[in-house]
Amino acid sequence: MALQSVTLWTTHSMQSTSPNFTQNAKDALQDDPLQAALAKLTDGFPIQRLEAAARLPEFEDLRDEARDIKTHVLENLDLYLEAYEKKVVESGGHVHWCQTAEDARETILKICQNANAKTVTKSKSMISEEIAVNDFLEENGIEPVETDLGEYIIQLRDEPPSHIIAPAIHLSKEQVADTFRDAHTDLEKDRPLDEPRALLEEARAKLRTKFLSADVGLTGANMLIAETGTNVLVTNEGNADLTNNLPRVHIVIASIEKIVPTLEDATTILRVLARSATGQDISVYTTFCTGPRQLNDLDGPEEYHVVLLDNGRTDMIGSEFHEMLRCIRCGACLNHCPVYKSVGGHAYGWVYSGPMGAVLIPNLIGMEEAQHLPHASTLCGKCESVCPMRIPLPKMLRRWRERQFKAELGSTRARWALKSWVWLVKRPRIYRLAMNMSVAILGQIGFRGRFKSLPFAKGWTSKRDLAAPTGDTFLSQYHNGARGDQSGELIRRGGRK
Amino acid sequence: MSNNTSPRVGLFATCLVDLMRPVVGFAAVKLLEDAGCIVDVPVAQTCCGQPAYNAGDTSDTIDIARQVITSFENYDYIVVPSGSCGGMLKHHYIELFEGDSEWVPRAQAFADKTHELLSFLDDIMKVSLTGLKLDATVAYHDSCSGLRELEIKKQPRALLNAVDGLNLVEGTEAETCCGFGGLFCVKYPDISEKMVDAKVDDIVATGADTLVAGDLGCLMNIAGRLQRRNIDIKVRHTAEILANMTHGPAIGDPMDDA
Repeated sequence: MALQSVTLWTTHSMQSTSPNFTQNAKDALQDDPLQAALAKLTDGFPIQRLEAAARLPEFEDLRDEARDIKTHVLENLDLYLEAYEKKVVESGGHVHWCQTAEDARETILKICQNANAKTVTKSKSMISEEIAVNDFLEENGIEPVETDLGEYIIQLRDEPPSHIIAPAIHLSKEQVADTFRDAHTDLEKDRPLDEPRALLEEARAKLRTKFLSADVGLTGANMLIAETGTNVLVTNEGNADLTNNLPRVHIVIASIEKIVPTLEDATTILRVLARSATGQDISVYTTFCTGPRQLNDLDGPEEYHVVLLDNGRTDMIGSEFHEMLRCIRCGACLNHCPVYKSVGGHAYGWVYSGPMGAVLIPNLIGMEEAQHLPHASTLCGKCESVCPMRIPLPKMLRRWRERQFKAELGSTRARWALKSWVWLVKRPRIYRLAMNMSVAILGQIGFRGRFKSLPFAKGWTSKRDLAAPTGDTFLSQYHNGARGDQSGELIRRGGRK
Repeated sequence: MSNNTSPRVGLFATCLVDLMRPVVGFAAVKLLEDAGCIVDVPVAQTCCGQPAYNAGDTSDTIDIARQVITSFENYDYIVVPSGSCGGMLKHHYIELFEGDSEWVPRAQAFADKTHELLSFLDDIMKVSLTGLKLDATVAYHDSCSGLRELEIKKQPRALLNAVDGLNLVEGTEAETCCGFGGLFCVKYPDISEKMVDAKVDDIVATGADTLVAGDLGCLMNIAGRLQRRNIDIKVRHTAEILANMTHGPAIGDPMDDA
């Protein structure tokens, strides 16, 4: 598989391939199945989002409301977290505060061991990817089973997700069929797997037995509601419901910024979440879980644990990346990013990707390790224009560039080139002389209108021709009296055309 | 044309127009003068500072911003034939001076009277162009900063629609980035190539024989890729068409092609 070249890391060790972004991107651009999959993304989610927004006249106002809710939460996070914990405890649940990924892994393991767990079913959770809990559980003799179809596929392939809401979006259905044939060796070898339906049914049959035998269900949380101590789960497959309801123990793993104050606030955010993500008015399943099974409940877990993870978030509060904590992981910025759509998620080299990943990843794995990511953007602003929480992603990418420049990261040559150019720009008289001279030289050698290749502009001319200057600089011609006349001809001083 | 009520406009030509395509500067001067403005082109202008700003070199960008504001703040309007430089002058300068009680008001006053050329002609001067004729099928590329920072969308189209014989066609991806992105295109040429190819394919699909936009960076990128792929679509700045300055070669074409 062509993709293996970019997915050599093991998530447990948290090793990223972000430093190899340039090569990762090159490989991704040569990967035909990936490119075919990404082309489909272009025609899918963005158009559906546009249509969903058009159906809801108050969509833009809802974005403002949703943003304001999270802004308010972040200003009062300590209060809401305490209120939330109180409610969880009141409903019979437990809250575990974890500062690091390691703390969270250990905490989850301990809960599983206390429950004598052999199998843990999981519904899709980016935080569980962030802390790489699967490998850790396996090392400790516990089998984690992903139950979201996309996550199930990439778990079989030992790959990280390539999209925060569509983890296996990089794969074709033929690749998935091959994966299933390799993994489900107990089934007829030449069974038909051409139709997506067949793949779905096979996965469903495999997962059904896991759902029924699991001792612990591990889910993420789209939101945590302080008013009630509830976690909200949003899926299209219903797998989260089987994960949180059937096993004896339900563990919720969530980062601290997932808090919203009230049920009302949660519904406001739900109204922008699915519309921004997939263009659905609301996802197929929306579940509110509050504590373990109560006296009169017909079903539900005996134990309910919330593992609340910080992992660098409190450091972001009050920093120039504060607003990133409003993110609700809808994936709209990925779906609309021309860079993401060119190279896919694995090129970014860690569990997140796209514009939100380029802002978040340096916060989580370090600016040096992730130094390419803030530069791998044209700052076109499309991401910010579709972000339901109106996160100024391009501005924050610039903030990372600023920090890198201060820390003198990156190529020394590029730094010196920039510094020399800045020196000139700050001295208009010398700049004029230098530009007049450059234009004269380039104009002489570029008499054919453009350059096919220029030694000092290879980055440009490797892919495209470079237009040559068409004469003296505008300023020098203008101040020598040249003007365009009414017929559009350029008249130089003395009437010479 | 000039009288006491005519607005005095300082033209910030931009470094790319100054160096690579002076005709855009002349077109801007002509359009502004025809609209009744008194135009000045200060010699103390170089670049708006975007390359430094986007590279994270904030302190140098601040110096450059001070220099630009000082040279231009006495005009009634500052006009820029570029959406991305316009966005820089109008939005990013203020951000740079955050917390600076002297410079924030100056940057704000400067921003308030700074406009991108085509939106200035349409929104502020409310010009209606007459007597223009060009037989061409023209696709318009919305440059990112112009579109998303300055909300330039209708204005260039309204002005282009006044040209007799000009058939304006829309690409489905007209609002998608062309992959230029300043230093991005030389830092990540492979990704940039993929993006500009998608842009070129979209333009070709419209059947246009001419592509126009309001930003020379995008235009040089798209023209360069069209030419590398041997696709014969002429590329020009919108102002060239509106000022009837299409006698000379299109971007990247040799002089004798005119």
